[in-house]
Amino acid sequence: MTVRPDDLPAADVVLDVRDLTVEFLTEEGRVRAVDEVSFQVRRGEVVGLVGESGAGKSLTSEAILRLIRCPPGRLSGQVWFRGRDLLRLSEAELATIRGGEIAMIFQNPGGSLNPVFRVGDQIVEALQLHRPEPRRTLRERTLDILGRVGIPSAAARARDYPHQFSGGMAQRAMIGMGIACVPTLLIADEPTTALDVTIQAQVLALIRRLCRETGVAVLLVSHDLGVISQMCHRVLVMYAGRIVEAASIQRIFHAPAHPYTQALVACLPGAGDRQRLGAIPGTMPGLRALPSGCRFHPRCRLAEARCATEEPRLSRLDDGHLAACHLAGR
Amino acid sequence: MAGRPLLEVEDLVKHFPLRDGALGRLLPGRRRVVHAVDGVSFTVAAGETLGLVGESGCGKTTTGRLVLRAIDPTSGRIRFAGEDITRLAGRALLPFRRQAQIVFQDPYASLNPRMTVGRMVGEPMLVHGLVGRAEVGERVGALLETVGLLPEHARRFPHELSGGQRQRVGIARALAVGPRLVVADEAVSALDVSVRAQILNLLVDLRERLGLAYLFVSHDLGVIRFVSHRVAVMYLGRLAEVAPTDVLFKRPLHPYTHALMAAIPTVGDGAASIFDEPGRLIEGELPSPIDLPRGCRFKSRCPYRFAPCEDVEPALAPIEAGHAVACHLHAQGGTP
Repeated sequence: MTVRPDDLPAADVVLDVRDLTVEFLTEEGRVRAVDEVSFQVRRGEVVGLVGESGAGKSLTSEAILRLIRCPPGRLSGQVWFRGRDLLRLSEAELATIRGGEIAMIFQNPGGSLNPVFRVGDQIVEALQLHRPEPRRTLRERTLDILGRVGIPSAAARARDYPHQFSGGMAQRAMIGMGIACVPTLLIADEPTTALDVTIQAQVLALIRRLCRETGVAVLLVSHDLGVISQMCHRVLVMYAGRIVEAASIQRIFHAPAHPYTQALVACLPGAGDRQRLGAIPGTMPGLRALPSGCRFHPRCRLAEARCATEEPRLSRLDDGHLAACHLAGR
Repeated sequence: MAGRPLLEVEDLVKHFPLRDGALGRLLPGRRRVVHAVDGVSFTVAAGETLGLVGESGCGKTTTGRLVLRAIDPTSGRIRFAGEDITRLAGRALLPFRRQAQIVFQDPYASLNPRMTVGRMVGEPMLVHGLVGRAEVGERVGALLETVGLLPEHARRFPHELSGGQRQRVGIARALAVGPRLVVADEAVSALDVSVRAQILNLLVDLRERLGLAYLFVSHDLGVIRFVSHRVAVMYLGRLAEVAPTDVLFKRPLHPYTHALMAAIPTVGDGAASIFDEPGRLIEGELPSPIDLPRGCRFKSRCPYRFAPCEDVEPALAPIEAGHAVACHLHAQGGTP
């Protein structure tokens, strides 16, 4: 029995992920890309999943909706969403949830829209899948949604094809499509990484507003600590397939417990007038050659003898703050 | 800084002609062009880092390439160490090539996958006749150590290296000919946070040790603030504001600089989000660089737009020593 990240009042919990594991069968054997990840997301809350490339954060978000091809993938654990374990639903049952109660937006908005259909028609189609209503009603609702996500002259733009949209507009359209069916959970995987800062800010402000106004729970995957800091209420830090720290936004940035989180925060430029940035030596280990003991110990400046032999479990420091480090809280 | 700047760029322009369709070729009239760089002037002193910041499509990468004479300017002038290099061609460019080099954004795409690290770093030295074949191995080994790799890495191929190691190879290759100016084009943008910090530290160390000047092109204001002595903010092919780094971040004057800074998510206290503040962020998107607006280029998104902005394009004018801004609000007689 692993320690649960939080034990929140059950009524508030929208998503409850328990020991989620993603493995791949490769020629060199089985590789664990996500290793027993557990967390919860509450109503009206933005939870950030942060880490460097290869940490397993995107795979975690994709595994929730079973968007990973199996085989070669293999999913285990439990993903509880409104009383049902998504990992045990049939494909047909899952299809009613994807894009309905759970919406997902991806990094590349252009690639997520079908280039040969008008943007408005694509949103109508998404609505139709989940709400069998007259087409006229759906059209009106589509225009209303496009307006709400900040697309000017929505009626005209609905007739555009995706290539006529800029990156920011396409991402707004994707968010519009996502919220069209009033989801309970929005999974956003690097939603603004391909966008410029002023456009990124507009899109992120839109997600925050939707969360506030509709109470949708948001799981935000990002490598950008600045984005995470301004967007989230709670943060999960991933390293080499595991959650190494989970805490409130204030704790993560101002009292991080795990040496990896501490080092990551010190790497950020712009925090004071420093001559040098704190850098972490080396790079994240590959999944085929994970170090023994704590996965971070070869890069950790505080590592002790037992860090090389004994893998630390995620354990509770105090209310809602968890870290997987032998030295944390000492 | 005293003396003549290392690099002087004067009213640099680059227009890329659009390929017209069949009908366009038959119809008379002006050919349409993309105004990628549209009258840009700045200087970089020896040992100085000028940060060039802006959003995609603003012309910052094109500016970097023009400065290196990788592409030819439509008009304007580039002087390097006092010499006009704008129209040099062929062998006449070789001495300049030895003194100005580039580090690219993508350490995966910018290294030849079929060459060993040693060959990639050694080749520029041989091409420019800086070392004989006998000594090249030793020089490459020493250079790899300078950028934080081992001499043994010379025998490796790019696919055997991590992203950070590859970017170190890219830096070593740029330094191979002993340049005085390095254009770093989004040189850390493709790297993870922890690796980005390593490479930024390396670039700063090299600057101090070798007296390098950088034209540091980036969309990331945090990175720009860390490495630059001075910063030039670019919008739609022109400079909106130029100032020493601390001045720019303490007292930005151009509304676009304000907007850019307001939009950047930095690590806050977690109590409030910049994304919840109404009126903080600017609306709209960049206009097309093909059909430029009349008057100020920023007017369609500017919250302070007033009469003069409609027709007259503001020139980049000095406000105080080293601080120049292209905005009617700050021009003589302007009403803020």
